[in-house]
Amino acid sequence: MAVATRPAPAAAEDKELLISGSEAVAEALTLADIDVVTAYPIRPYDTVMQAIAKKIANGQLVAEYIVAEGEHSQFEIVKHASTVGARVFCGSSGVGWAYAMECLVVTPPLRVPMIALVGNRALDDPGAFGVEHNDALFVRDLGWLLCWIDTSQEALDTTLIAYRVAEDRRVFLPLAISADGAFLTHSQALTLVPPKEKVDRFLPRYNRGDLLLHPDNPITVAPQANEDWVIEIRRQNNEAMARAYTVIEEAYAEFRRVFGRGPENPWFEEYMTEDAEVILVGMGTISLPIKVAIREMRAKGRKVGLVRLRWFRPFPTDRLVAALSGAQALGVIDRDYSFGSPFGSGVVANEIRAALYNAARRPPLLSFICGLGGREVTLEDVYKATEMCYGAAKAGKSDPKTHWLGVRE
Amino acid sequence: MAESTTFTNATQILEPFRGVKKVTLEEYFTSGHRTCQGCESALVMKLMVKAAGPRTIVLGSTGCMYVANTTYYTTPWVVPWMHTQLGSSGSAALGTAAGLKALMRKGKMKAEPINVIAFCGDGGGADMGVGAISATLTHKEYNSLILLYDNESYANTDIQLSGMTPFGAHTTFSPPGKAKRIIHTRWKKNMAGMMAAGHPECRYVATVCASYAVEMMNKVRRALTIGGPTFIHSLDPCPKGWDYDPMLSHELGELAIETGIFPLYEVEDGGVKYYGKTKALVEGRARKPVREYLLKQGRFAHFTEEDLEYFQKKVDEMWEKWEIPAVVPFRRLEATKAALEVK
Ligand SMILES: Cc1ncc(C[n+]2csc(CCOP(=O)(O)OP(=O)(O)O)c2C)c(N)n1
Ligand code: SF4
Ligand SMILES: [Mg+2]
Repeated sequence: MAVATRPAPAAAEDKELLISGSEAVAEALTLADIDVVTAYPIRPYDTVMQAIAKKIANGQLVAEYIVAEGEHSQFEIVKHASTVGARVFCGSSGVGWAYAMECLVVTPPLRVPMIALVGNRALDDPGAFGVEHNDALFVRDLGWLLCWIDTSQEALDTTLIAYRVAEDRRVFLPLAISADGAFLTHSQALTLVPPKEKVDRFLPRYNRGDLLLHPDNPITVAPQANEDWVIEIRRQNNEAMARAYTVIEEAYAEFRRVFGRGPENPWFEEYMTEDAEVILVGMGTISLPIKVAIREMRAKGRKVGLVRLRWFRPFPTDRLVAALSGAQALGVIDRDYSFGSPFGSGVVANEIRAALYNAARRPPLLSFICGLGGREVTLEDVYKATEMCYGAAKAGKSDPKTHWLGVRE
Repeated sequence: MAESTTFTNATQILEPFRGVKKVTLEEYFTSGHRTCQGCESALVMKLMVKAAGPRTIVLGSTGCMYVANTTYYTTPWVVPWMHTQLGSSGSAALGTAAGLKALMRKGKMKAEPINVIAFCGDGGGADMGVGAISATLTHKEYNSLILLYDNESYANTDIQLSGMTPFGAHTTFSPPGKAKRIIHTRWKKNMAGMMAAGHPECRYVATVCASYAVEMMNKVRRALTIGGPTFIHSLDPCPKGWDYDPMLSHELGELAIETGIFPLYEVEDGGVKYYGKTKALVEGRARKPVREYLLKQGRFAHFTEEDLEYFQKKVDEMWEKWEIPAVVPFRRLEATKAALEVK
């Protein structure tokens, strides 16, 4: 279904290109002048690596482009390049991200601000190319910053913001940008590409400072620490994650100042929530059918809104509670699963339940799982979820059971 | 950003030390490590970085040379050092070299040749990390050395067998028992030969043993000077894993070579050159019987005459049947020889 979402008006010096989400990321990487990039093939994220390869081949970007022999090496290579001061990029999808897991684990405690694109993809088995969010969510507890994007424009803008946030000395943590496989990685939209001078004003150079591994700064990185120090190091990671709230707010404000566009609220997009009785919550491109359904339902008098979460780590607890707790009912639609979790709910639903626990007002919350493996989320699915939310609103309580939508019985 | 026109990707020119008295006095691996008494791998670390000098970055994969060797607040490393994951020495070398190269050629860092050395154990390097090492050895535009210190077991986790543990050795995963005397029946991988044979653009592969310290350092210097990705395999007696009196470490290293079990050679631009006592063996000196080496170590204490004979036979084959003795295990069949001659 086509929904025209015009980008903000172009500043005079912006170029307007018809590009996919992956190509938009590659535009941003060129503007950010990355130094080392590692690739390994897996659909759908690998389109970004194809786009970067072209940039390098055409002389638009000077960078070491290394095709690794597996994702484990792919992430290790950039990890090490980052410690000697290089701005780095890599990424993966599905089982590729899983294959890199050991190397994903070590980057937060090493304080390596690598940026990765996760083209969200269902995990094997069975084979499926379509989107599920479980891959990126592997690292949700480990100190990675995690965000989900929705359009090519957001892909480009968020990539620039990502470097500014991750490479801020107050943060120095890795950051994964999630893009729904196929729906975003491969679909094209008109996208504003800013000029390099503006990007240079927004994005300072990566400066590893006293953590630089170099003969002029002969430090020992990650010696065996054991129980003597590990818990302090974990707490430092936690504090860096906590500082990311401020750094993200600052980065978006600065982005708006330099580029003249970008959201006021970095954390989530609110669509028709002001007077909403029922608020649906989701991440990524699921917003598209939900927005269409909302317009249809509003035409029939149903006051429904959407909160599309951009940032999952750090989790925007307070702002989200403020945005959600006034509704009569909430419906959280997860494109992921968490087998055996409380109520069998998806990851986002349970995070929101936890966030609301201490809220003065807790609307009934219904949890849905939908669109796994890239199955289309239909308008019918959204209508059905909304009606169930209205049912809960009327009853004044939630049915804690998780509802799977659009599944053959 | 535009490319620098002056960056050359050159290496440091490290001339060989001409004799032990010419070796520099500076140490870059000092006190602080906590390895066992008689640990040859720790000596390898010291010699390796002494050979490389101060403008060097060292990456170390998990294992004794990390856990026992590099502890918070007591690091022995004077040069910059960083841990890498167990199977990641290849990626650590490549990533570090690529990062430096990118920054230097883009003018973001002062251009100078910096040695990059990644070390790994036999478990981390020859089992888990062999794929990453192999990949790195094909990236000829990045200067780095991967040094595999081979103590012939997963030593740090309590001496378990690896693909580099000799046939029949007693490890905690291969204890001799009443029903089965020999649990570990695999023959040791030929790691240096494999790396040399399999990577036509890797310009330098060598085997070393710290019992011959100056030669060992000179191989490291050669590897770093020649540039591109290079590989060195070091055989390191390990008193704990091999079960012998720590004072015998050097002697066991010598015996490994004199029995022909571990050959010393270098492969530079495809040319194989034996050196040290191995050269004498090639030139006709008799190999010592393997039992002289094996029976000095508790890990072979359960060997019977039959086991010793089997071991001897396999080592004899290395020297008598391999196309390039103790380096390349293939041999030309008669028909192949004839065909090549016709041509
Ligand atoms: C992925 C992974 N698996 C297992 C381990 C556990 N481990 C730590 S050290 C070690 C031994 C490594 O053996 P080797 O590379 O031969 O080095 P050595 O300890 O003998 O010096 C192992 C298996 C680990 N650190 N990482
Ligand atoms: S177990 Fe072996 S390799 Fe490890 S520290 Fe002791 S002697 Fe060295
Ligand atoms: Mg070992």
